[in-house]
Amino acid sequence: MYTEYTEYMKDGFFIAQTDKRPIYLQIMEQIKQRIAVGDWTEGQGIPSIRQLAADAGVSVITVKRAYLELEREGVIVTHQGKGSHVGSNAGLGTKIREQELDQHLAQAARLGTLMGLGPEDLEKRLRAAQDRLARSEEEFV
Amino acid sequence: MTDLAVKLDGVGKKYRFFQLEKICLKIPRGTIMGLIGPNGAGKSTTIRILMGLVHQDCGDVQVLGRRMPAEQVAAKWDIGFASEDMRLYDGMTLGWHMSFIQSIYPTWDTAYAQVLLKRFGVRAEQKIKGLSHGQRVKAALLLVLARRPKLLVLDEPTTGLDPVARHEILRELTAVMEDEDRTILFSSHHTQDVEQISDRITFIDRGRIIDSMDKEIYLDRWKRLRLEVPSGIEIPALPGIIGIKRTGRLAVAIANAFVPDLPNAYESSGARVQAVEDMTLEEIFVANVEHSREEVEA
Repeated sequence: MYTEYTEYMKDGFFIAQTDKRPIYLQIMEQIKQRIAVGDWTEGQGIPSIRQLAADAGVSVITVKRAYLELEREGVIVTHQGKGSHVGSNAGLGTKIREQELDQHLAQAARLGTLMGLGPEDLEKRLRAAQDRLARSEEEFV
Repeated sequence: MTDLAVKLDGVGKKYRFFQLEKICLKIPRGTIMGLIGPNGAGKSTTIRILMGLVHQDCGDVQVLGRRMPAEQVAAKWDIGFASEDMRLYDGMTLGWHMSFIQSIYPTWDTAYAQVLLKRFGVRAEQKIKGLSHGQRVKAALLLVLARRPKLLVLDEPTTGLDPVARHEILRELTAVMEDEDRTILFSSHHTQDVEQISDRITFIDRGRIIDSMDKEIYLDRWKRLRLEVPSGIEIPALPGIIGIKRTGRLAVAIANAFVPDLPNAYESSGARVQAVEDMTLEEIFVANVEHSREEVEA
């Protein structure tokens, strides 16, 4: 039997101590994930800054920053005094996934440069990673 | 009513072996301020002065618009204060304490007190002397929280608690902030707690305030740069860098006023910037205290 956590991770937002990124980035990512998987849909109202801060157990200023950045990216829309909702940007979920992929690729490119790898070397490694993933999925089937 | 819940202006206090330099501190209403600093830095002295428990030698103290210590009686209706040395009556139950506080403070919220009992896992029938350290801390906090004070002042609220109790308390403090009219000042050694729940951070060391500002801005200003420096190349002294350590061809630079141009400045001097890393508050704490002590001694 599983414990249904209610107090810890009240609303499913949580801060990972092993995650070295700033807390506001973690909050941003968890909001984007909700939109990417379709739990939060276009135009849907989202919690107020103070509400989400209380739910996630983090400071108001941190959530405020996450909301500001999400607004800048067009992920959410905030109306003064009316709260925020998910942007009505078609295909937002896909865009978020793509953005995430681009971030990982940028990281890979940076490490590649550091190691002196050319584009072909990186491509080879990417293919190898895809092969490994396909093999591990076969094992599960 | 001012927008500041707390305002200290040139507040000093001299003891035989310790001196609080003329400190200035502002806490806007609706925010959580985390007060951090090493042992004996002046955190508790600052808190005691603003509570009117210790009288300053000089300077102005205003709490919720009232001058301290002169107007402390009036101010304390709206302030909830909890510290480790807060005395509860050992032979009495928690419930007795609850009725006692309720009889004094008209703002006591009975329903909220019941919720807190449950959340904190303590029972009203328990006598104080039978409580563990963690339960005592939670009991003391419950007595303060259920009054729903406008300002909460907590001296080391999470010290000596197990992870579950610590988590419960941090949760409750962030829940308080759903009401934007309320303010919290808390001191802590636990930098991770401060990083997670505070809106603003104040650093104290050796009786001086080193920094006091918005947490997000503060964390953004501190970065660690990993550099690769070819032999024969001098690392230039750049503004915003408070320290650099070079071992062979590798160097680590710490910035306390990072700007996006900083890596370019290193690159144009012949160094290669391998990485620009965020720092945790704990890392900043250590770097900051070391740096400010060097400056004082220089």
